Amino acid sequence: MRAKTIAVTGMNATDNPAPGVGVMRSLREGALPGEQHIGLAYDALDPGIYAKDLVSDVFLLPYPSSSLEVYLARLEYIHERVGIDVIIPTLDAELPAFISSQAELRSMGIGTFLPTREQLDLRSKANLADLGRRAGLDVPEAAVVTSVHELARVHERVPYPFFVKGVFYGAKLVTCLDEAIAAFHHVVAQWGVPVIVQAAVAGEELNVIGLGDGEGGLLGAVPMKKLVITDKGKGWAGITIKDPELLAVAERFVKASRWRGPFEVEVIRDRRGRYQLLEINPRLPAWVHLATAAGVNLPRAIAELALGGRPKAMRDYDVGKMFVRISIDQIASIEDMERIVMAGEVRKPRLAGAA
Amino acid sequence: MSQSNQLANLAISETGFVFDPTTGATFTVNATGLVVLRALRDGSSIDRIVELLDEEFASASKVARDEVRDFVHALRGHGLVPTEFEVES
Repeated sequence: MRAKTIAVTGMNATDNPAPGVGVMRSLREGALPGEQHIGLAYDALDPGIYAKDLVSDVFLLPYPSSSLEVYLARLEYIHERVGIDVIIPTLDAELPAFISSQAELRSMGIGTFLPTREQLDLRSKANLADLGRRAGLDVPEAAVVTSVHELARVHERVPYPFFVKGVFYGAKLVTCLDEAIAAFHHVVAQWGVPVIVQAAVAGEELNVIGLGDGEGGLLGAVPMKKLVITDKGKGWAGITIKDPELLAVAERFVKASRWRGPFEVEVIRDRRGRYQLLEINPRLPAWVHLATAAGVNLPRAIAELALGGRPKAMRDYDVGKMFVRISIDQIASIEDMERIVMAGEVRKPRLAGAA
Repeated sequence: MSQSNQLANLAISETGFVFDPTTGATFTVNATGLVVLRALRDGSSIDRIVELLDEEFASASKVARDEVRDFVHALRGHGLVPTEFEVES
């Protein structure tokens, strides 16, 4: 059987990192001889492009929002060059494009393992309360607003302080109407309407990474507590914890939605020990390699599923496994940058044991 | 998970480094704290804990008794033992 080629998006790895580098590191573990890992990047200075030990070849992609036709044509070109067997998308904004292009990708011989469009919409911030009711999960009080007029009266339903959130990204804690209006305009300028208002719940923030089989089953999950949080709210260090109730939250979500693909659940454990669902991200998180190090390699399971396999459920993981991020200066050559800027690709000599 | 179970689940290292696997929290305790924490986890009474401290550190019983109570109070503050938790005298 021919060794497989797996392409991964999201090669940005700054202080607000995309998951691609963590996915690549996970794929390297347990890789079969000859397996190739292709990085798909959106910017010539995405740090993952220059991580020579992790990535076989790198190709630039256009943004999927520009034109789906152009996006698919670029993927087809890359497929002709390297023969992609599986693509693992890792960014929220590109998921709709990949979901709607599954048939075309399949006809090219490229496998994916993605949620349906309905599942993607079900866990959106605007629909989280409905999902909570369906799955029997507590969700903080929330409201969807589209104008400043609505915002001015929203405290009648969601009292201050509350978070003002964009549909895709960003959350600002506000304590009064003036702050709320400023946050509303900021979010609308970046992400448009609607804007989500969500009650602030005091407690500990916890996260779970998981993989749903599309039939209501959970193939693997690992809960984590962030130990260091950056000013952007991103975990810079974290530790795996043993929390059966938190795993049950992930199970209830997967069962209710019959989720297909990877996900990350964000919850708050409030002062009374109740779990309140804050958000469900429809993709792997940047800390995915921690779960791999704890014994649950979800990227490898996704690759197997995308190739039509049925990986075994992974129930056991190491508790107390930690990650601590590092900011490091990678040394790169101007020739690599020239290739990525001028040709949109860098083909590298095959990695030891992978050629 | 109840707080008494939480105490039972603590991973306590010889060095005094303590990891709570349920919350991800870490603590450090000194040598006497280590003796008290292990004894509490094993369900020892305050008299037994004072005896253990006397044996290990030749401490004065009155001081040890007061400090064990202070230590239990601190654990309560971290949510590691329930509010109503008392060690028997």
